[in-house]
Amino acid sequence: MQDILQPILNGILLGGLYAVIAIGLSTMFGIVKLVNLAHGDLMILSSYLSLVLASSTGLSPYWTILAVVPVMYFVGFFVQGLLLNRVLGKEMEPPLLVTFGLSIILQNLLLLIFTPDARSLMSSLTLKTIPVTGSLNIPVVYLVDFLAGLAVIFCLYYFFQKSYLGRAIRAASDDESAAQLMGINTKNIYAKAMGIAMMTAGIAGVLIGTTFTFYPHTGPQYLIVAFGVIVIGGFGSMKGCFVGGFILAMAQLMGSHFLGPGYQLLSGYVVLLIVLALRPQGIFGTV
Amino acid sequence: MAETVALQVSGLDVHYKDFQALWDVSVQVAHGRVVSIIGANGAGKSTLLNTTSGLFTPTRGTIEFHGNRIDGQPPHETVARGISLVPEGRRVFPRLTVYENLFIGSYTPQSRPGREQALATIYELFPVLKDRRDQMADTLSGGEQQMLAIGRALMSEPKLILCDEISLGLAPVIIAGIYKRLKQINTEGITIVLVEQDITRSLKAADYTYILLEGKVVLEGQPGVLTEEQVKKAYFGI
Repeated sequence: MQDILQPILNGILLGGLYAVIAIGLSTMFGIVKLVNLAHGDLMILSSYLSLVLASSTGLSPYWTILAVVPVMYFVGFFVQGLLLNRVLGKEMEPPLLVTFGLSIILQNLLLLIFTPDARSLMSSLTLKTIPVTGSLNIPVVYLVDFLAGLAVIFCLYYFFQKSYLGRAIRAASDDESAAQLMGINTKNIYAKAMGIAMMTAGIAGVLIGTTFTFYPHTGPQYLIVAFGVIVIGGFGSMKGCFVGGFILAMAQLMGSHFLGPGYQLLSGYVVLLIVLALRPQGIFGTV
Repeated sequence: MAETVALQVSGLDVHYKDFQALWDVSVQVAHGRVVSIIGANGAGKSTLLNTTSGLFTPTRGTIEFHGNRIDGQPPHETVARGISLVPEGRRVFPRLTVYENLFIGSYTPQSRPGREQALATIYELFPVLKDRRDQMADTLSGGEQQMLAIGRALMSEPKLILCDEISLGLAPVIIAGIYKRLKQINTEGITIVLVEQDITRSLKAADYTYILLEGKVVLEGQPGVLTEEQVKKAYFGI
């Protein structure tokens, strides 16, 4: 019975990582009704960015976050400003097509530059664990993921609740014309919002790289995780990201524990389908 | 008496795709005055205000604010120049609180320093907004939302406020209260343009009036000088 505590603990910690993975996607959907199919690939781009910085400077990948985050802000700002703002309108298809194209371009670019070899971001924390009781251990990397996830979501929450820009973004997502009448340049605001979403993707990418191995085509795998989190937790809800992340991670790890490692992904999807069938808008869904 | 012209609309044509909503419309609003624009549903009143705010671009004609061309500018630039629109249907931000709605009204850089002062003034003008400041805007009654929309428009410290059908759907006693407060705002030097379907009330409040019919100006003059007969004929197109 002691046996089950480890996967439960891992599930809780991994849930934090899953929440950060999803928050960028959820935010952009909540604000501009945009589903960014390149979200996973943009996270993996960040993983590779971190790899390059870490190997050229010899620093721990966690330090590279300081550089990756601003770079990803600009990536998001320009992708939204130059590309996606042009296709934002009443229909959902154009942004889907554009972000899908972006996803393919990114994957192939990464393949060209980095080859298909598996990579990972090694740090001094990689194999460390903190023993708790008996056979229970906390993998330090998972703990870092969880705490970082908590921090990111809290910061984002306060940003949207208290700052001029955060409130302007919420106003623009409620009513674009009325927001313009307040003096808000909504196209510019959307670009900034995407910049912020990409900052979270940058952090997520580095965390993913330190926790799991990655390849140029790992992106879609994490896009699916993000979708899973948001479907379970509810679109447009931050609480939902945390709860959804936790439930998805737990489902995967419980499935793996009871049925075998091959059932990890399947267990997650089964829970996703159950939520979709019983409460399609997600647990905290507002849309 | 030469008054400064705050807003000058000249020869305005506005099209929605193939449909022409405004035909050669010319309107002049003197600084510090209350001008009303009256007309039936579909006469083009909202189109005129929305185009002045920058939500639409005219196909012909010009709009000048204190001598500067503003037609074709995006709305966020018009606001920065000192024009605020209280849109038709109020359009308060439903998922923001009353306080946050007012807060975001002072988004323009020039109105941010004066935010707390502006808030105090608006809370004095509309005490119910102070009472309900932490409530979500969509929980307010129609009259309260209207007050919020007006208060929000005032937060940008405008020189000119455009009010689009603020009496729509409100009880007479509430409307009377709002108009009283508008008069107060006007005495402090803010120019007001009122668009209404209700003839009587807007004529009483205005220094000058224009009557629109099917996108054209069919009558204009001082409410005291125009007869009720003339106004009704113009309004209905008889």
